[in-house]
Amino acid sequence: MVAHNASRVALVTGGSRGIGRAIGELLATQGHQVAINYVSNDSAASEAVAAIEANGGTAIAVKADVGDEGAVAAMMAQIEEQLGSIEILVNNAGVTSDDLLLRMKPEAWDTVIRTNLKSVYLCSKAALRGMLRARWGRIINIGSIAGVSGNAGQANYAAAKAGVIGFTMSLAKEIGSRGITVNAVAPGFIATDMTAALGEDAAAVAASQITLGRLGRPEEVASAVGFLASAEASYITGQTIVVDGGLAI
Amino acid sequence: MDKAAIEGKLVDLLVDELGLERDDITMEARFEEDLDVDSLGVVELLMALEDNFDVKIPDEEAEKITTVGEAAELVSQKLNT
Repeated sequence: MVAHNASRVALVTGGSRGIGRAIGELLATQGHQVAINYVSNDSAASEAVAAIEANGGTAIAVKADVGDEGAVAAMMAQIEEQLGSIEILVNNAGVTSDDLLLRMKPEAWDTVIRTNLKSVYLCSKAALRGMLRARWGRIINIGSIAGVSGNAGQANYAAAKAGVIGFTMSLAKEIGSRGITVNAVAPGFIATDMTAALGEDAAAVAASQITLGRLGRPEEVASAVGFLASAEASYITGQTIVVDGGLAI
Repeated sequence: MDKAAIEGKLVDLLVDELGLERDDITMEARFEEDLDVDSLGVVELLMALEDNFDVKIPDEEAEKITTVGEAAELVSQKLNT
């Protein structure tokens, strides 16, 4: 049987830049209508929408703080009204606030857990009703290699991302009987604004430790997400696909 | 909508949405023990009730529902308040 990929409504949180933007663009080329969530950068969100539209796709930008329950509810209502019920949810929004644990302020801990982990709970819960009704859904969470093998200076970020992986497995078990799959993609060192902030030296050091000898591109993470969103991935759930150029092997 | 009409529509939903056998459904039947509906199935039923009867059922009240009759009673209360 040939798997058929229908056009669906997708939401990518933190979709205006970096990996999220590449995911939105790929889902649009797969024929899905894409809601691009962002929290602050209006011009980046407009550019992301324009890039999809220039390619003949459909996209809208939705501004919301995904760590806030009320804001998530309002965002979901807006998407439902403009595009319809969400069937593909990509929980991508994330921030870092790195420091050695001994120097880490409680605010740095709370912010990172809220944006990277609480947002996954809030958005998944809100999107599940529609998926249950449709008896079909894909939830794809963006983790990190830091959540798999840890990273000095990122105890908060690694804890949140490891939390995302545990969440992924648990929710997969909870709703698997209803035709909804839940998976994670764990990127390694990808060339984005987030990693550029670390500086060129850090990037060169990282590249020297990566099996493939270079940083990854956002599109290389997006392709794994696109696969998990497709009908071809119908028998995969609760998994974490590591996209790190062999960094962790 | 009177009680009998609510109960009739509820039975239709159980058959259509949860795939239950009409003959197995009584007002005394317990969802999990008698009808083999899992906890997620009960949540789905309550969602269907909200959609079909245009009522809002808070989680605290939904958690107390164990039988078909209790679900009908709750919908009846919501429609008449």
